[in-house]
Amino acid sequence: MSMATIEGQAAPPPAEVQSFTVTLLIRRFDPEKDTEPYWQDFDVEMYPTDRVLDALHKIKWEQDGSLTFRRSCAHGICGSDAMRINGRNRLACKTLIKDLDITKPIYVEAIKGLPLEKDLIVDMEPFFESYRQIQPFLIASSKPEKERIQTVAQRERFDDTTKCILCAACTSSCPVFWTDGQYFGPAAIVNAHRFIFDSRDEGSQVRLDILNDKEGVWRCRTTFNCSEACPRGIQVTKAIQEVKQAILRGGNA
Amino acid sequence: MASSPSGAATTPAPTITAPKRPAGTLYRGREGMWSWVLHRITGVAIYFFLLVHLLDTALVRVSPEAYDAVINTYKTPIMGLGEAGLVAAIVFHAFNGLRIILIDFWSFGTKHHRAMFWVVIALWAVTMAAFLPRHLMHVFGG
Repeated sequence: MSMATIEGQAAPPPAEVQSFTVTLLIRRFDPEKDTEPYWQDFDVEMYPTDRVLDALHKIKWEQDGSLTFRRSCAHGICGSDAMRINGRNRLACKTLIKDLDITKPIYVEAIKGLPLEKDLIVDMEPFFESYRQIQPFLIASSKPEKERIQTVAQRERFDDTTKCILCAACTSSCPVFWTDGQYFGPAAIVNAHRFIFDSRDEGSQVRLDILNDKEGVWRCRTTFNCSEACPRGIQVTKAIQEVKQAILRGGNA
Repeated sequence: MASSPSGAATTPAPTITAPKRPAGTLYRGREGMWSWVLHRITGVAIYFFLLVHLLDTALVRVSPEAYDAVINTYKTPIMGLGEAGLVAAIVFHAFNGLRIILIDFWSFGTKHHRAMFWVVIALWAVTMAAFLPRHLMHVFGG
Protein backbone atom coordinates (compact mmCIF):
# COMPACT_ATOMS: atom_id res chain seq x y z
CA MET A 1 0.00 0.00 0.00
CA SER A 2 2.58 2.51 1.09
CA MET A 3 4.79 1.51 -1.82
CA ALA A 4 2.01 2.35 -4.24
CA THR A 5 1.54 5.78 -2.66
CA ILE A 6 5.24 6.55 -2.92
CA GLU A 7 5.27 5.43 -6.56
CA GLY A 8 2.21 7.56 -7.24
CA GLN A 9 3.89 10.62 -5.75
CA ALA A 10 7.07 10.03 -7.69
CA ALA A 11 5.17 10.06 -10.99
CA PRO A 12 6.18 13.56 -12.23
CA PRO A 13 9.75 13.19 -13.50
CA PRO A 14 12.21 15.26 -11.47
CA ALA A 15 13.32 18.43 -13.18
CA GLU A 16 16.78 18.25 -14.70
CA VAL A 17 19.14 19.50 -12.03
CA GLN A 18 21.68 21.78 -13.60
CA SER A 19 25.32 21.06 -12.99
CA PHE A 20 28.02 23.69 -13.28
CA THR A 21 31.77 24.01 -13.35
CA VAL A 22 33.33 24.84 -10.01
CA THR A 23 36.92 25.97 -9.59
CA LEU A 24 38.74 24.72 -6.52
CA LEU A 25 42.00 26.26 -5.40
CA ILE A 26 43.71 23.69 -3.23
CA ARG A 27 46.81 24.35 -1.16
CA ARG A 28 49.15 21.51 -2.13
CA PHE A 29 52.27 20.35 -0.35
CA ASP A 30 54.37 17.25 -0.99
CA PRO A 31 57.18 17.01 1.57
CA GLU A 32 59.25 14.91 -0.88
CA LYS A 33 59.19 17.54 -3.64
CA ASP A 34 58.15 20.93 -2.29
CA THR A 35 59.80 23.29 0.13
CA GLU A 36 56.71 25.53 0.42
CA PRO A 37 52.97 24.86 0.01
CA TYR A 38 51.45 26.29 -3.17
CA TRP A 39 47.96 26.85 -4.63
CA GLN A 40 46.78 24.61 -7.48
CA ASP A 41 43.46 25.06 -9.30
CA PHE A 42 41.10 22.33 -10.50
CA ASP A 43 37.85 22.63 -12.51
CA VAL A 44 35.17 20.09 -11.64
CA GLU A 45 31.59 19.59 -12.81
CA MET A 46 29.35 19.69 -9.70
CA TYR A 47 25.71 19.77 -8.65
CA PRO A 48 24.50 22.30 -6.03
CA THR A 49 23.67 19.41 -3.72
CA ASP A 50 27.20 17.98 -3.91
CA ARG A 51 29.63 18.55 -1.08
CA VAL A 52 33.17 19.85 -1.12
CA LEU A 53 34.24 16.29 -0.30
CA ASP A 54 32.61 15.09 -3.55
CA ALA A 55 34.65 17.68 -5.44
CA LEU A 56 37.84 16.44 -3.74
CA HIS A 57 36.91 12.83 -4.62
CA LYS A 58 36.30 13.81 -8.24
CA ILE A 59 39.69 15.49 -8.43
CA LYS A 60 41.46 12.54 -6.80
CA TRP A 61 39.68 9.87 -8.86
CA GLU A 62 39.56 11.62 -12.25
CA GLN A 63 42.23 14.31 -12.42
CA ASP A 64 45.09 13.99 -9.94
CA GLY A 65 45.48 10.83 -7.90
CA SER A 66 48.22 12.39 -5.79
CA LEU A 67 45.78 14.73 -4.01
CA THR A 68 45.90 13.66 -0.38
CA PHE A 69 43.21 14.18 2.25
CA ARG A 70 41.60 12.29 5.13
CA ARG A 71 38.03 11.09 5.14
CA SER A 72 36.36 8.04 6.61
CA CYS A 73 32.60 8.06 7.07
CA ALA A 74 31.94 11.07 4.81
CA HIS A 75 28.79 11.83 6.80
CA GLY A 76 29.96 14.25 9.49
CA ILE A 77 30.46 11.71 12.26
CA CYS A 78 34.07 10.49 12.16
CA GLY A 79 35.64 13.96 12.15
CA SER A 80 38.39 13.10 9.64
CA ASP A 81 37.94 15.80 7.00
CA ALA A 82 38.11 19.10 8.85
CA MET A 83 39.77 21.62 6.54
CA ARG A 84 39.83 25.33 5.89
CA ILE A 85 37.22 26.07 3.21
CA ASN A 86 37.15 29.69 2.04
CA GLY A 87 39.24 30.62 5.06
CA ARG A 88 36.98 29.00 7.66
CA ASN A 89 37.22 25.60 9.32
CA ARG A 90 34.54 23.26 8.02
CA LEU A 91 33.99 19.53 7.46
CA ALA A 92 34.34 18.90 3.70
CA CYS A 93 31.56 16.29 3.96
CA LYS A 94 29.08 18.77 5.49
CA THR A 95 29.77 21.78 3.26
CA LEU A 96 27.40 21.89 0.29
CA ILE A 97 28.50 23.50 -2.96
CA LYS A 98 25.29 25.59 -3.01
CA ASP A 99 26.30 27.22 0.29
CA LEU A 100 29.48 28.54 -1.32
CA ASP A 101 29.85 31.40 -3.79
CA ILE A 102 30.68 29.38 -6.92
CA THR A 103 31.21 32.43 -9.12
CA LYS A 104 34.58 32.59 -7.37
CA PRO A 105 37.05 29.75 -6.76
CA ILE A 106 36.62 27.70 -3.60
CA TYR A 107 39.75 27.83 -1.47
CA VAL A 108 40.59 24.60 0.32
CA GLU A 109 43.58 24.25 2.62
CA ALA A 110 44.67 22.25 5.64
CA ILE A 111 43.65 23.29 9.15
CA LYS A 112 46.02 25.70 10.84
CA GLY A 113 48.29 25.38 13.87
CA LEU A 114 49.12 21.68 13.49
CA PRO A 115 52.20 20.44 11.56
CA LEU A 116 51.40 20.04 7.85
CA GLU A 117 52.23 16.56 6.56
CA LYS A 118 50.91 16.48 2.98
CA ASP A 119 48.31 18.49 1.04
CA LEU A 120 45.29 18.62 3.38
CA ILE A 121 46.68 16.27 6.03
CA VAL A 122 48.14 17.55 9.29
CA ASP A 123 49.75 15.73 12.21
CA MET A 124 46.93 15.41 14.75
CA GLU A 125 49.15 14.06 17.55
CA PRO A 126 49.56 17.36 19.51
CA PHE A 127 45.76 17.68 19.40
CA PHE A 128 45.16 14.15 20.75
CA GLU A 129 47.91 14.60 23.35
CA SER A 130 45.96 17.53 24.87
CA TYR A 131 42.82 15.39 24.72
CA ARG A 132 44.49 12.55 26.64
CA GLN A 133 45.82 14.93 29.29
CA ILE A 134 42.35 15.94 30.49
CA GLN A 135 41.52 12.26 31.25
CA PRO A 136 38.52 11.82 28.93
CA PHE A 137 37.02 8.79 30.68
CA LEU A 138 34.65 8.12 33.57
CA ILE A 139 36.38 8.26 36.95
CA ALA A 140 34.22 6.49 39.55
CA SER A 141 35.20 4.58 42.68
CA SER A 142 32.02 2.53 43.11
CA LYS A 143 31.28 -0.64 41.18
CA PRO A 144 27.53 -0.51 40.70
CA GLU A 145 25.47 -3.68 40.37
CA LYS A 146 23.47 -2.00 37.60
CA GLU A 147 23.57 1.25 35.60
CA ARG A 148 24.47 4.59 37.24
CA ILE A 149 21.21 6.50 37.59
CA GLN A 150 21.02 10.11 36.42
CA THR A 151 18.09 12.52 36.19
CA VAL A 152 17.10 14.15 32.89
CA ALA A 153 18.32 17.51 34.19
CA GLN A 154 21.68 16.02 35.24
CA ARG A 155 22.12 14.53 31.76
CA GLU A 156 21.04 17.79 30.10
CA ARG A 157 23.75 19.69 32.02
CA PHE A 158 26.57 18.36 29.79
CA ASP A 159 24.56 17.30 26.73
CA ASP A 160 26.07 19.91 24.41
CA THR A 161 29.65 18.76 24.97
CA THR A 162 28.88 15.07 24.37
CA LYS A 163 28.49 15.89 20.66
CA CYS A 164 32.22 16.38 20.02
CA ILE A 165 33.69 14.27 17.19
CA LEU A 166 37.33 15.36 17.73
CA CYS A 167 37.72 16.80 14.24
CA ALA A 168 39.99 19.64 15.52
CA ALA A 169 38.03 22.31 13.61
CA CYS A 170 37.70 24.32 16.84
CA THR A 171 41.24 23.90 18.16
CA SER A 172 42.80 24.78 14.80
CA SER A 173 40.59 27.90 14.49
CA CYS A 174 41.89 29.31 17.79
CA PRO A 175 44.36 32.23 17.43
CA VAL A 176 45.85 31.35 20.82
CA PHE A 177 46.50 27.75 19.72
CA TRP A 178 48.22 28.93 16.49
CA THR A 179 50.83 30.88 18.40
CA ASP A 180 50.95 28.87 21.63
CA GLY A 181 51.20 25.15 20.95
CA GLN A 182 51.12 24.43 24.70
CA TYR A 183 47.51 25.65 25.09
CA PHE A 184 45.10 22.74 25.67
CA GLY A 185 42.76 24.10 23.00
CA PRO A 186 38.96 24.22 22.81
CA ALA A 187 38.41 20.53 21.98
CA ALA A 188 40.25 19.26 25.07
CA ILE A 189 38.33 21.69 27.31
CA VAL A 190 35.01 20.66 25.71
CA ASN A 191 35.77 17.02 26.50
CA ALA A 192 36.85 17.92 30.02
CA HIS A 193 33.54 19.83 30.41
CA ARG A 194 31.70 16.67 29.34
CA PHE A 195 33.02 14.82 32.43
CA ILE A 196 33.36 17.76 34.86
CA PHE A 197 29.60 18.36 34.73
CA ASP A 198 28.64 14.67 34.61
CA SER A 199 27.00 13.80 37.96
CA ARG A 200 28.29 10.19 37.71
CA ASP A 201 31.92 11.26 37.49
CA GLU A 202 34.14 11.78 40.56
CA GLY A 203 37.23 13.21 38.86
CA SER A 204 35.99 16.71 38.12
CA GLN A 205 38.36 18.33 40.65
CA VAL A 206 41.33 16.56 39.01
CA ARG A 207 40.35 17.96 35.62
CA LEU A 208 39.65 21.44 37.01
CA ASP A 209 43.14 21.41 38.55
CA ILE A 210 44.65 20.39 35.19
CA LEU A 211 42.78 23.18 33.38
CA ASN A 212 43.54 25.78 36.09
CA ASP A 213 47.02 25.90 34.57
CA LYS A 214 48.80 28.77 32.83
CA GLU A 215 48.16 26.91 29.57
CA GLY A 216 44.64 25.89 30.61
CA VAL A 217 41.29 27.67 30.30
CA TRP A 218 42.78 31.07 31.20
CA ARG A 219 44.52 31.18 27.81
CA CYS A 220 41.06 31.54 26.19
CA ARG A 221 40.60 35.06 24.81
CA THR A 222 36.93 34.55 23.83
CA THR A 223 37.40 35.10 20.09
CA PHE A 224 34.47 32.69 19.43
CA ASN A 225 36.24 31.23 16.38
CA CYS A 226 35.77 27.77 17.91
CA SER A 227 31.99 28.15 18.40
CA GLU A 228 31.69 29.35 14.82
CA ALA A 229 33.83 26.52 13.42
CA CYS A 230 32.27 23.57 15.29
CA PRO A 231 30.48 21.33 12.75
CA ARG A 232 28.32 19.88 15.54
CA GLY A 233 27.12 23.28 16.71
CA ILE A 234 28.63 22.93 20.18
CA GLN A 235 28.73 26.24 22.06
CA VAL A 236 32.46 25.79 22.66
CA THR A 237 33.24 29.20 24.13
CA LYS A 238 30.26 28.86 26.49
CA ALA A 239 31.61 25.49 27.67
CA ILE A 240 35.05 27.03 28.29
CA GLN A 241 33.42 29.89 30.23
CA GLU A 242 31.52 27.35 32.36
CA VAL A 243 34.79 25.58 33.19
CA LYS A 244 36.35 28.96 34.11
CA GLN A 245 33.38 29.68 36.40
CA ALA A 246 33.65 26.22 37.98
CA ILE A 247 37.34 26.82 38.75
CA LEU A 248 36.50 30.20 40.31
CA ARG A 249 33.79 28.63 42.47
CA GLY A 250 36.08 25.75 43.38
CA GLY A 251 33.82 22.98 42.08
CA ASN A 252 31.28 21.93 39.51
CA ALA A 253 28.24 22.73 41.66
CA MET B 1 18.68 36.52 -10.17
CA ALA B 2 17.83 36.80 -13.92
CA SER B 3 20.80 34.91 -15.28
CA SER B 4 24.24 33.94 -14.23
CA PRO B 5 27.02 32.50 -16.39
CA SER B 6 27.66 29.72 -13.91
CA GLY B 7 24.05 28.61 -13.67
CA ALA B 8 23.75 29.72 -10.06
CA ALA B 9 20.56 31.61 -10.92
CA THR B 10 18.38 28.76 -9.68
CA THR B 11 20.15 28.48 -6.33
CA PRO B 12 19.66 30.87 -3.41
CA ALA B 13 22.37 33.29 -2.39
CA PRO B 14 25.42 31.54 -0.90
CA THR B 15 25.57 31.46 2.86
CA ILE B 16 29.35 31.13 2.89
CA THR B 17 30.94 33.88 0.83
CA ALA B 18 34.24 33.53 -0.98
CA PRO B 19 37.34 35.41 0.10
CA LYS B 20 38.54 38.26 -2.12
CA ARG B 21 41.94 36.64 -2.77
CA PRO B 22 43.92 33.55 -1.79
CA ALA B 23 44.13 34.23 1.88
CA GLY B 24 47.12 32.00 2.49
CA THR B 25 47.36 31.57 6.20
CA LEU B 26 44.75 34.18 7.14
CA TYR B 27 41.79 32.73 9.02
CA ARG B 28 38.50 34.47 8.32
CA GLY B 29 37.15 34.89 11.81
CA ARG B 30 34.09 36.94 12.62
CA GLU B 31 33.27 39.74 15.11
CA GLY B 32 34.74 37.86 18.07
CA MET B 33 38.14 37.41 16.44
CA TRP B 34 38.37 40.95 15.05
CA SER B 35 37.34 42.50 18.36
CA TRP B 36 40.17 40.52 19.95
CA VAL B 37 42.64 41.72 17.30
CA LEU B 38 41.54 45.35 17.84
CA HIS B 39 41.73 44.88 21.62
CA ARG B 40 45.35 43.67 21.28
CA ILE B 41 46.40 46.49 18.93
CA THR B 42 44.79 49.23 21.03
CA GLY B 43 46.20 47.65 24.20
CA VAL B 44 49.77 47.69 22.88
CA ALA B 45 49.31 51.28 21.59
CA ILE B 46 48.04 52.43 24.99
CA TYR B 47 50.97 50.69 26.69
CA PHE B 48 53.49 52.63 24.60
CA PHE B 49 51.63 55.88 25.30
CA LEU B 50 51.76 55.17 29.05
CA LEU B 51 55.51 54.53 28.80
CA VAL B 52 56.09 57.96 27.19
CA HIS B 53 53.57 59.57 29.53
CA LEU B 54 55.37 58.23 32.62
CA LEU B 55 58.68 59.55 31.28
CA ASP B 56 57.40 63.07 30.51
CA THR B 57 55.55 63.32 33.82
CA ALA B 58 58.69 62.15 35.65
CA LEU B 59 60.52 65.12 34.07
CA VAL B 60 58.75 67.47 36.50
CA ARG B 61 60.92 65.94 39.22
CA VAL B 62 64.03 66.79 37.17
CA SER B 63 63.07 70.36 36.43
CA PRO B 64 59.73 72.13 35.84
CA GLU B 65 61.27 74.06 32.92
CA ALA B 66 62.23 70.87 31.12
CA TYR B 67 58.73 69.53 31.74
CA ASP B 68 57.15 72.66 30.26
CA ALA B 69 59.46 72.50 27.24
CA VAL B 70 58.50 68.90 26.51
CA ILE B 71 54.77 69.49 27.02
CA ASN B 72 54.94 72.51 24.66
CA THR B 73 56.28 70.33 21.86
CA TYR B 74 53.06 68.32 22.10
CA LYS B 75 51.00 71.33 21.03
CA THR B 76 51.35 70.67 17.29
CA PRO B 77 48.60 69.46 14.89
CA ILE B 78 50.40 66.13 14.40
CA MET B 79 50.41 65.46 18.14
CA GLY B 80 46.77 66.65 18.21
CA LEU B 81 45.82 63.99 15.68
CA GLY B 82 47.86 61.48 17.70
CA GLU B 83 45.83 62.41 20.77
CA ALA B 84 42.63 61.84 18.80
CA GLY B 85 43.95 58.38 17.86
CA LEU B 86 44.91 57.71 21.48
CA VAL B 87 41.41 58.60 22.70
CA ALA B 88 39.89 56.41 19.95
CA ALA B 89 42.06 53.49 21.10
CA ILE B 90 41.30 54.00 24.80
CA VAL B 91 37.53 54.35 24.22
CA PHE B 92 37.43 51.12 22.20
CA HIS B 93 39.65 49.28 24.70
CA ALA B 94 37.48 50.45 27.60
CA PHE B 95 34.11 49.54 26.10
CA ASN B 96 35.39 46.24 24.69
CA GLY B 97 36.93 45.47 28.08
CA LEU B 98 33.46 45.80 29.62
CA ARG B 99 32.17 43.46 26.90
CA ILE B 100 34.82 40.87 27.77
CA ILE B 101 33.95 41.14 31.47
CA LEU B 102 30.29 40.53 30.57
CA ILE B 103 31.27 37.49 28.47
CA ASP B 104 33.25 36.13 31.42
CA PHE B 105 30.80 36.83 34.24
CA TRP B 106 27.30 37.23 32.77
CA SER B 107 25.69 33.86 32.04
CA PHE B 108 24.17 35.13 28.77
CA GLY B 109 27.38 36.90 27.73
CA THR B 110 28.56 34.15 25.38
CA LYS B 111 25.15 34.12 23.70
CA HIS B 112 25.03 37.85 23.00
CA HIS B 113 28.73 38.50 22.34
CA ARG B 114 28.15 39.52 18.71
CA ALA B 115 25.38 42.01 19.54
CA MET B 116 27.54 43.37 22.35
CA PHE B 117 30.39 43.94 19.88
CA TRP B 118 28.16 46.16 17.74
CA VAL B 119 26.98 47.96 20.88
CA VAL B 120 30.67 48.62 21.65
CA ILE B 121 31.18 50.01 18.13
CA ALA B 122 28.06 52.20 18.50
CA LEU B 123 29.15 53.53 21.91
CA TRP B 124 32.60 54.18 20.49
CA ALA B 125 31.12 56.13 17.55
CA VAL B 126 28.88 58.20 19.87
CA THR B 127 31.76 58.99 22.23
CA MET B 128 34.07 59.93 19.39
CA ALA B 129 31.37 62.09 17.76
CA ALA B 130 31.09 64.02 21.01
CA PHE B 131 34.84 64.31 21.53
CA LEU B 132 36.33 64.84 18.07
CA PRO B 133 34.72 68.18 17.01
CA ARG B 134 35.69 69.87 20.27
CA HIS B 135 39.18 68.38 20.27
CA LEU B 136 39.89 69.21 16.62
CA MET B 137 38.68 72.80 17.20
CA HIS B 138 41.26 73.05 19.98
CA VAL B 139 44.00 71.59 17.80
CA PHE B 140 43.34 73.50 14.58
CA GLY B 141 41.33 76.49 15.89
CA GLY B 142 44.29 77.87 17.83
